[in-house]
Amino acid sequence: MKILIVDDFSTMRRIIKNLLRDLGFSNTHEADDGVTALPMLRNGDFQFLVTDWNMPGMTGIDLLRAVRADEKLATLPVLMVTAEAKRDQIIEAAQAGVNGYVVKPFTAQALKEKIEKIFERVG
Amino acid sequence: MASDIMASEILVDPNAVFIAELKECAKLLTEKLQGNEFEDASVLIQTMMQSRDRHIFQTVGKLTRGLHNAIVNFNVDADLSKQPPKIEGSDIHDASNRLNYVIELTQKAAEKTMDMVDEAAPIASNLGQEASILRAEWARLKSRDISADEFRELYHRVDNFFEQTTIGSERLNKSLQDIVLEQGFQDLTGQVLKRVMGLINEVEKDLVHLVLMASQVEEITGLAKPEADVHEIEELIEKRKHEAEGPQINKARENVVSGQDEVDDLLSSLGF
Repeated sequence: MKILIVDDFSTMRRIIKNLLRDLGFSNTHEADDGVTALPMLRNGDFQFLVTDWNMPGMTGIDLLRAVRADEKLATLPVLMVTAEAKRDQIIEAAQAGVNGYVVKPFTAQALKEKIEKIFERVG
Repeated sequence: MASDIMASEILVDPNAVFIAELKECAKLLTEKLQGNEFEDASVLIQTMMQSRDRHIFQTVGKLTRGLHNAIVNFNVDADLSKQPPKIEGSDIHDASNRLNYVIELTQKAAEKTMDMVDEAAPIASNLGQEASILRAEWARLKSRDISADEFRELYHRVDNFFEQTTIGSERLNKSLQDIVLEQGFQDLTGQVLKRVMGLINEVEKDLVHLVLMASQVEEITGLAKPEADVHEIEELIEKRKHEAEGPQINKARENVVSGQDEVDDLLSSLGF
């Protein structure tokens, strides 16, 4: 499975990458904001997107909306991993079509659960 | 301190003096008008207007001086001939450089720590694997279920394992020590953050003084807040609700989830 990890902090990308590898997903790629992520998604047949919310350039919520609005990417499973913890934001992400929402700081277990749940549902 | 001077100027309400003057003139004006002394009345009106102008100029002057003091206070080195003015350096400028240093240092520490763990993890897992293989062989030896050739091989393997363990544990110790040393960033960044916090407090104090002075100008000139401003503020508050603001420091804050469990509850209430 080809996965794209989008976060402006390389440390967080590395943490997520390591956790995904432990879960058996080693085909991961990285981008540091929505602007770089979107063309990668359009040209790269990714099967899963993990994105932060708060990033310079293009935020994760805007990236999510762009993905849902793109004919080719509309059904791509998206997991938001973010420090944003306001109720309004979580509702906003849900309305924009997010498949899972993990708040930072998170545990390996929480990330694993959400990813498994997403794939269970997507089939 | 410049801010102390500003504080004492606010204590003596300059508006009070001006208003007293205004009332005195108004009383005289009514008397003159009732006595049909129009020429004197007109002189009085002029005096009142001059007094109002003078008062506005004074208050604006104080405001300007307050601004100037604030600028001096924060060591703003700006080139005002440029449009917009180019800031060469200031305490704020310096503070943002310091905060950048905090980001750099924490990133370096996190990366180095992860490098160390990446180095150490295979050593630990190799030792564990080899130990469990040897344990199985050892069990066979104990139950005398082993050939002479196999025993010779086990003999060398055990010897090899001891060597690996010695070298491996030395490396693991070194990595663990390096990880601890790397935590020194906490002290360095803590010092920088404390300094920046001090500056923010100063800026806030001076800003409050300036706002107070400006409100005195507004009051006396009758410059009320236009409706549009109120709308703009309301819009700003609405916009902020959805704006990304990073980690929540105050978990007790209203409308903020306190952890993953609450996120899950909220999402499931939305049918997720």
